[in-house]
Amino acid sequence: MHIIENGNVAAALGVRLCHANVIAAYPITPQTPLTEKLSEYVESGEMKAEYIPVESEHSALAVCIAASSAGARSFTATSANGLLYMHEQVQWAAGARLPIVMCVVNRAVGAPWNVWNDQQDSISQRDTGWIQMYCSDHQQIIDSVIKAYWLAEKVSIPIMVCYDGYILSHTYMPFDVPDQEKVDAFLPPFRSDYALNTEDPANLNTVTLPDVRMDVQGELAHGYMEIRYLLQEEMRKTLTVALEAEKRFADIFGRGNDPYIEPYRCDDADYVAVGLGSITYQLRVSVDALRKEGIKVGVMGVRYYRPFPDEAIANALKGKKGVIVFEKALSYGYEGALVSDLKSALYEHLVGTGTLPMVQSFIAGIGGRDIRTEDLTQTLRAATKSRVAKEPVWIGLKL
Amino acid sequence: MGTRNYRRKTSHSEHGPGDGGRTGSWRVERPVLDKSLCIPCKRKTEACFICWLFCPDVVISRTIPPTISLEYCKGCGICAEECPTKAITMVDEAEFTDEDKDKE
Amino acid sequence: MQAKTNILSLPIEEFVHPGTRACTGCGLAIAYRVGLKALGKETILVVPPSCLTVLQGLFPIASTKLPCLNVTFASTAAAASGILAALKVQGKDNIKVAAWAGDGGTSDIGLQALSGAAERGENFIYLCYDNEGYMNTGVQRSGTTPIGAITANTPFKGKLQQKKDVPAIMAAHNLSYVAACSAAYPLDLFDKIKKCIDMPGTKYFHIHIPCPPGWGYDPRYGIKIGRLAVETGYYDLYEIVNGEFKLTAASEKLVEKRKLVPVREYFRAQTRFKILTDAQIEEIQKQINAKWERYYKKGE
Repeated sequence: MHIIENGNVAAALGVRLCHANVIAAYPITPQTPLTEKLSEYVESGEMKAEYIPVESEHSALAVCIAASSAGARSFTATSANGLLYMHEQVQWAAGARLPIVMCVVNRAVGAPWNVWNDQQDSISQRDTGWIQMYCSDHQQIIDSVIKAYWLAEKVSIPIMVCYDGYILSHTYMPFDVPDQEKVDAFLPPFRSDYALNTEDPANLNTVTLPDVRMDVQGELAHGYMEIRYLLQEEMRKTLTVALEAEKRFADIFGRGNDPYIEPYRCDDADYVAVGLGSITYQLRVSVDALRKEGIKVGVMGVRYYRPFPDEAIANALKGKKGVIVFEKALSYGYEGALVSDLKSALYEHLVGTGTLPMVQSFIAGIGGRDIRTEDLTQTLRAATKSRVAKEPVWIGLKL
Repeated sequence: MGTRNYRRKTSHSEHGPGDGGRTGSWRVERPVLDKSLCIPCKRKTEACFICWLFCPDVVISRTIPPTISLEYCKGCGICAEECPTKAITMVDEAEFTDEDKDKE
Repeated sequence: MQAKTNILSLPIEEFVHPGTRACTGCGLAIAYRVGLKALGKETILVVPPSCLTVLQGLFPIASTKLPCLNVTFASTAAAASGILAALKVQGKDNIKVAAWAGDGGTSDIGLQALSGAAERGENFIYLCYDNEGYMNTGVQRSGTTPIGAITANTPFKGKLQQKKDVPAIMAAHNLSYVAACSAAYPLDLFDKIKKCIDMPGTKYFHIHIPCPPGWGYDPRYGIKIGRLAVETGYYDLYEIVNGEFKLTAASEKLVEKRKLVPVREYFRAQTRFKILTDAQIEEIQKQINAKWERYYKKGE
């Protein structure tokens, strides 16, 4: 069924279709309409779920962690400082291997205060062991939430579905709401390896030791290092499982199957722009304009940021003359997070082969600074002519 | 390492005694029961059991006579202090021979 | 009015194994052991970082026979809410949820989540075991450390502030049941848990826990010192049922007896109070006397 709604509602519909049954929420702009919509679904009876209006974001994720440990499909959403407040829990959920899905409505972080869009909030969580998916339009939002539950429960790793605050959360677009029966065919009821119960009791997430130790059955149990290694190992394996998720989705819903990267006019391109989220769709306008000028340029969105699809990205950019990365976040003291990871992937797979492209880095839209398409086009054009600068260049800066 | 397939691949513990090892080795004194003063022993019926109630480490059995597991008893002395007839006394571990200790 | 439990009628089944890492003579171990007897097998526990985390065992051995979720320091009550929600949506309402947190994890870092859960009427029992300091990390002061106590970070002057009255804070949430208990009176603790377990909303317990290394006494005197705290009228055993305050057990008896043990006996039995001067103890004695005058008047 096609409807016209905003991105937050798209996310809420996805959560409803997936029969999430424990929802914890604390309000923060620009996430609020998402959780408000969910409370409507719960209070009207459309969703059979417990909706817990917690007293902080830290508690929101605490509720999800506990509920997931006890056998429920849980959900929460947040932005910016809310995500930062729950950071301790973000690390915890990954280490506890819980299949929680959380929407992050990307917003700039304080200080100073700013409620508009950039991606510093979710990017700052990239080391935690959560899978990260970035959406470029409302269809991807609702589809990603559905895929996320299947994938999270398959690999026992929590997933952040990220989309740009205001730009996607509050704007209206047409998109297809999948049929409930099809979603039920795609996503079976909640499944986890273990749920707290009194018949088969266990003490979960207690203190681990640096070294391995004998258990009550007289066998050697993992130490902390092994437990953490298994998370890393499973995250890398997720690159394969995600392909399965995408294929299953495409088979049932007839769309998607765009695992890691979303290329646009890249096949014959000499230069490829790369980004996360809605900026990549905006860049398509620039790409079309430059193509008319005869410049062979394309744009590639990165859909899964963690686990980082290094091989797919390297293969897509192999032999290109230049890669121009646009991002809305950075690792202060060095450079953008995406460009760092991308350069590392290119080096890893292409060094010595003579196919390494030149990489340039641009920062845009920090704190919701308007990203004008003409500026993108101009920047892209200049970048195809020569290397603009060694350090990342901030577009639209008004010092 | 880690031969068992640990569910959820995380910190998931099953219950059993001796997480702290053989905590009897912490002891400096051990409790010794004089049955002639012990109320349930004398009455030959369920009575008192204050030592069982207050033992922090669940090493005193609720039996006639109460027995104390020396494998895990930490020698805190609460049982001796609380016994209403002073049937339990704390005796220095040094007074016991290696043979006695082997019997534990 | 249910009959008072005595030692012989206390359930025999144990829910804790011997050989834990709890200190010799740990007061928490006593309260926890009896508390679990009252809660029973159909209970899921929630535990933040605390002495209990260690008592319950390090991976992969658990010394508690009940299912338990270890959580981050500030999130105990929120986690309890999450488990309750999950049980509800799976139709497993008969399983109880019991949170056991230390005084630091309750009165300081955990107070926000606890207040939120209580305000939402979350249907679980929250037991704060108050050994009056962050004992697990080496005896640092907490909100419930009493005035004058020497701790690792109040090493020379002792704590300068009053003990935070957490039961009073929780009572202000209009709870159906708030209780003050002591490890030295385990049967009182047992009865109170049994009494309130089916009452609606959050049930709050504050349990006074003697701690040998933290308080400075020979472990064998743990119960004696716990009793002294009550017999001096310094720490009271009571319950607040739907807003109505009532002293219980040994504290209730003190209203009839009208004779309090001098509080100096309690202070002089613990090295943590060694810097309290006689004048300060006098002052505290006056406050205790005034409090009990109010209790005596209410009793008439």
